[in-house]
Amino acid sequence: MAMTEAVSTAVKPKAAKAPARWQDFVQLMKPRVMSLVVFTALTGMVCAGARVNPILGAIAILCIAVGAGASAALNMWYDADIDAQMRRTRGRPVPAGRVQGADALALGVVLSMFSVMLMGMALNWLAAGLLAFTIFFYAVVYTIWLKRSTAQNIVIGGLAGALPPVIGWAAASGSVPLNAWLLCAIIFMWTPPHFWALSLYTSEDYKKAGVPMMPIVAGAASTRKQILIYSLLFTPLCLVPAFTGLGGVGYLGVAGLGGLVFVLLAVRLARSQAGDAGRQRNADSAPGGLYDVRAGAKDARNLFAFSILYLTLLFATLLVEHLMGATPLALFSWKLPS
Amino acid sequence: MSDPGRESQVEAKARRGRNIALALGLVIFVVLVFVVTIVRLGASVAKQPF
Repeated sequence: MAMTEAVSTAVKPKAAKAPARWQDFVQLMKPRVMSLVVFTALTGMVCAGARVNPILGAIAILCIAVGAGASAALNMWYDADIDAQMRRTRGRPVPAGRVQGADALALGVVLSMFSVMLMGMALNWLAAGLLAFTIFFYAVVYTIWLKRSTAQNIVIGGLAGALPPVIGWAAASGSVPLNAWLLCAIIFMWTPPHFWALSLYTSEDYKKAGVPMMPIVAGAASTRKQILIYSLLFTPLCLVPAFTGLGGVGYLGVAGLGGLVFVLLAVRLARSQAGDAGRQRNADSAPGGLYDVRAGAKDARNLFAFSILYLTLLFATLLVEHLMGATPLALFSWKLPS
Repeated sequence: MSDPGRESQVEAKARRGRNIALALGLVIFVVLVFVVTIVRLGASVAKQPF
């Protein structure tokens, strides 16, 4: 899509209903998503095992957080028309009319530049380049191009969410060995089952907004099958760090047991009727959160909730093991070069 | 842009909050650049003969 066309299809700013408060600009940066990004980036940084000045380390994390916030603001600028039609997102600052679209765009562009420049000056330009690529990939490749054009939007776009540990690793060590990419691959493969499980019980919202999520394009049954396939690929991948000198005994235990639960939940979901017509909640029904679903979609909700817990536990275990100096396993001496 | 002379108390309060946040952001950025300079160059500068 040409950039001019992309800009022309962006939100037509709504007249501001109430004056924008500074908190609205903080909300533009999706603080909850930012915290997950910070967590995975910190894990990558610690796993790198390099000695980093703590002040520079903190600045690297800040740059990654601000970069994530910048791409979120750009996403909210461009997607305001979609957000206004979905119950989950209609209260965001731009569709709600509290912040003008142009202000969200300006915030995103300025924060992108500041975060990348500071990362380059403080740490290294490899990390800065990866940060710039991640912002570009999320804002342009995912938000402007893929999200509205293909059902594979979150599969390919998931790369943006998977890159923070690689940026953290690069910031700490100045290099990105295969173990850093392994962390990226784990998040990348986690994304489809996670988001498709969510979209199985919120697809009415996406349908209304014209976003081609997998349940709308391929149907609920196909989505449930694809979730199972991705889960069967994802869970063995989570064991690999124990073979490459990255994870220890604790990690292997968490990845193994959690992986079993993950697959069991995916099998239950595949056998369920989650997402089938008449089983989704109405987008305009009584207020409720992501976990407020009808009984038919309970299996989708369970996998969605567990996927968050599982990824958090995997990265937390790696983080704790490396902070405590636990010996990585490197089973079968299959250690990746660093 | 609305006429500052005619803005309501709510608008004035919101604008003041935004201005303070922007000022804080800029000050933090300046401090960070200073700190980065000191940390990255500090050791080398200290080794220079006077």
